[in-house]
Amino acid sequence: MSGKNVRAKADGLTEVSMKINGRAYRGEVEPRTLLVYFLRDELNLTGTHVGCDTGHCGACTVVMDGKAVKSCMVLAVRAKGAEILTVEGLAHDDRLHPVQVAFTENHGLQCGFCTPGLLLSTLTLLQRNPHPTEEEIRRGIEGNLCRCTGYVNVVRSIRAAADSMAKQEVRGRS
Amino acid sequence: MIPKKFDYYSPSSLQEAIRLLRQNGEAKVLAGGQSLLPLMKLRLAAPTALVDISRLAGLSYIRDEVDYLAIGALVTHDAVEHDGTVKDRFALINDAVARIGDQQVRNLGTIGGSVCHGDPAADLPTALLVAEARYVLEGEGGKRIVPAREFFVDIFTTAVGHDEILTELQIPHLPPGSGSAYTKHSLRESDFAIANVGTVVTVEGDGKTCKEARIGFGSAGPTPLRAASAEQYLRGRPLDEATIAEAAERATEGANPPSDVHGSREYRLKMIKVLTQRSLGLALSRAGLTGSAAEL
Repeated sequence: MSGKNVRAKADGLTEVSMKINGRAYRGEVEPRTLLVYFLRDELNLTGTHVGCDTGHCGACTVVMDGKAVKSCMVLAVRAKGAEILTVEGLAHDDRLHPVQVAFTENHGLQCGFCTPGLLLSTLTLLQRNPHPTEEEIRRGIEGNLCRCTGYVNVVRSIRAAADSMAKQEVRGRS
Repeated sequence: MIPKKFDYYSPSSLQEAIRLLRQNGEAKVLAGGQSLLPLMKLRLAAPTALVDISRLAGLSYIRDEVDYLAIGALVTHDAVEHDGTVKDRFALINDAVARIGDQQVRNLGTIGGSVCHGDPAADLPTALLVAEARYVLEGEGGKRIVPAREFFVDIFTTAVGHDEILTELQIPHLPPGSGSAYTKHSLRESDFAIANVGTVVTVEGDGKTCKEARIGFGSAGPTPLRAASAEQYLRGRPLDEATIAEAAERATEGANPPSDVHGSREYRLKMIKVLTQRSLGLALSRAGLTGSAAEL
């Protein structure tokens, strides 16, 4: 992994590069710049939201090297060389990802503020555990707070996403 | 929220990291960052330099040694939770890491970072105290090993010197016939504990007498503590419902929990008793004991 031996002065800028949604990005950041602000303010990838900004709400969740992380608790310099997936990378050619379709069809959102984070937590949950129980679903989204729907429809959406992704998998194999 | 400015170093060796700490009196070690970065954003911490050890090679292993389990300091909570040996043989450690924060926090947070943070309401300190873990610290002068009872010194204060780095946790294998458990009370799943209790019970060959018991609790003072009186009471006694209940009563002897916004002193004392009973019951069922005591 690159990123070894970085020495960055507090007042200076340091160059970071990372792959986001399959595309290479490069930018200059202060050591204290958090990943979420690099994504939003430098790269204009504003789908990743800032909710509480103290690590509780999960609205800023992105996938870093295959794992869901809260981008408000990761330094941009730390993400140097990483592969990042944000909500902007879920759909392909205007075709929504099955997780997005499931949330849309099952009323898994109202205001939508927490949705980008929930979609990415759902994706990593289902990648690890394609057929989660309700308890496993609820545990998987512990780190994502929603203030509108009360989770009933979110859980329903995740179930539906699991089903449609499993069907897709079967179709993919045949 | 944005942290105060700091110099950032990402050293390529442990020696270099230790040297950087020596050269920067106000530096802090950054590992997973899941405790330190929120504190820095709230400006409750403002180190002038961060020494990021998260990419150091060779500190992310779980190895079963002859008489202990060695866990590298940079292993994430998620990796500990999904390790088969931990699950099978160190149930209380598995219980504890599974209750830390949420999935995103467990994905980045490291066991070394969590214990060095020294939060008295955290999950691992209590579990590791009861597991009688050893802490391997490395500094300029080489390695030293700190026993479980000496690692946590005060609130947010550990035995780790400014220019030392925790590199490994050593968790001794539990004696044959043992079961262990960690239980926690919090209002929301990802919250810190209002009270937490860890236990290890070793049952005699007769399948009903207590050979040895370890009980520890946290979030009830500046550091986690062992419940010496309850441990002593259990030794040599039959592990029935009445004995467990009496041990739970004695568990809070020596406890001095604070009253704060999360719970009053009285409430915490009560919760320690309740959790002691539950934790002992779970540990006993894991030791293979069935019956009323194990179902508490």
